[in-house]
Amino acid sequence: MNAILQFLHPLIDPASIPFLLWTTLAKSIGLLCIVLVMVSYTVYAERRVSSLIQDRLGPNRTGFPLSLFGNLFGIKWRDWSPILGGLGQPIADAVKLLLKEEFTPAFVKKFYFWIAPGLGIGAAIVSLAVIPFGSKIWGVDMVIANIDIGPLFVFAISSLGVYGIVLAGWSSNSKYPFLGAVRSTSQLISYELSLGLSVVPLFMIVGKLNLVDLVSYQVQNGWMILPGITAAKPHLPGTLGSYLIIVPILISFIVFTIAMFAETNRLPFDLPEGETELVGGYHTEYSSLKFALFFLGEYTAMITGSSFIVTLFLGAWHFPGIPEGGAPSLAGLLLGFVNIGVFFVKVIAFLLFFIAIRWTLPRFRYDQLMKLGWIYFFEIALVNIFLTALILAFVP
Amino acid sequence: MAYKVSRPNLTFAEKIYLPSVLAGLRITLGHLWRMLRGKTHVVMQYPEEKWDSHLPEYYRGAPTLVRDEHGRTRCVSCQLCEFICPPRAIRIKPGEIPAGDKFGKVEKYPAEFDIDMLRCIYCGLCQEVCPEQAIFLQKQYALTGTARTQLMHNKEKLLEMGGIKTGLVNKWNEKK
Repeated sequence: MNAILQFLHPLIDPASIPFLLWTTLAKSIGLLCIVLVMVSYTVYAERRVSSLIQDRLGPNRTGFPLSLFGNLFGIKWRDWSPILGGLGQPIADAVKLLLKEEFTPAFVKKFYFWIAPGLGIGAAIVSLAVIPFGSKIWGVDMVIANIDIGPLFVFAISSLGVYGIVLAGWSSNSKYPFLGAVRSTSQLISYELSLGLSVVPLFMIVGKLNLVDLVSYQVQNGWMILPGITAAKPHLPGTLGSYLIIVPILISFIVFTIAMFAETNRLPFDLPEGETELVGGYHTEYSSLKFALFFLGEYTAMITGSSFIVTLFLGAWHFPGIPEGGAPSLAGLLLGFVNIGVFFVKVIAFLLFFIAIRWTLPRFRYDQLMKLGWIYFFEIALVNIFLTALILAFVP
Repeated sequence: MAYKVSRPNLTFAEKIYLPSVLAGLRITLGHLWRMLRGKTHVVMQYPEEKWDSHLPEYYRGAPTLVRDEHGRTRCVSCQLCEFICPPRAIRIKPGEIPAGDKFGKVEKYPAEFDIDMLRCIYCGLCQEVCPEQAIFLQKQYALTGTARTQLMHNKEKLLEMGGIKTGLVNKWNEKK
């Protein structure tokens, strides 16, 4: 094992390999646990927030005893049970999906039909590996793989997710999944471009392609979209360039956010599914656990996307007033966990934004979608790069 | 002839669409916020809240048999309800009250009185036709059972559901 690692990474100190191994393993398992719980509760939040927006109550029955909050400790609380009940819903959903009949239609291409759901969720989970989800705990960076090509890795892996959809649609051997898959492929390919191009300005400003470096830049100089929010420098650096640079960052934030909606197949860009037009889209022929994997993959992709936006634009784990943890002491340890908490709070806030947008905007027509992607966002992102370059080069 | 559809002239703000997104978000989040403060009127939470107090006086629930204040089953087994019942849900087997009985003058009583609640259409004709004010459609609406036989209401069940009804015309009182 050591020999393999030495071969892969010759600069590594052989003595630190066991430490590296077990910390990476612990981080992976920890992050996976957090994310999978978050996924199941994102599904619940989606249903609940959707219904609250539509003046309904949503699933409020499958509760832990928590739904008895009405008279906890004998104090007369406001009756929260219509709001808080139903927290056991994800468990009930999982049990239901597990116990359903696993039905594989006779006309499908079996091999691809079986690997497609795994590809979708796999791609979404793997791209979480490079995201710095916390500062440091006991001197260990809270990122599973601190590699120098962070965003490229995310784009490369998350575009593999389209294979899950394409294979599902093609192997289902039936018309609606196929149409869904074709739409999805063209959509993802179109928006991948503006997604990739829109983050280039950030890395031009920072000068490095490492997400951890990007985050430490934001800690020192303020969040990307809100410069000046920092503990180190409570005031803005007064140069003209530092103000002007906000413009391209805002443009790239908007383009990136919208492209991320398209990448995760969320409304208003959910054409691959388009319930009203395509029955269920690419997963029409799937049932039981395979359907659940698609479903979870979609929500994991949402979480990955939100984490990526939070890392790039919203200062990742940094919050003004909360110092960086990581010192080998109790306070440092606690601060490290607080930093992780801040990161996930931001991610959750963004997920709620995802959900709110879902009930705000109607689905785009297909030609509008293509026009938006190719004629507007691609050009805007491209021009934005030049704008950033000009500001960086000529405005002090 | 082809129609020339005139497209609306959009302003710049409408063309870039983002202000509309914000306006939409305001509405969506407004609904969410009103809901969270409990200002929105939502549907009845059924098992906790029941319809009972909201039912109007004329509500037609399950048909039941009632007793008068002397404890007599008001039904005299005339079988008018059995004849009028459109889905033929009622089956009555008349019985005779012996002459020496406290209610001997009434002469007849239902030995068996069955209503098949799987057939009943809650039309209320039995109540309307009853000359003795013995059968009433009361407010029971949640009839459930795990077998068909449980929804075959017999006389005991009907009397238990009906209870005692007072304030009706007791035309047999003098003749008792």
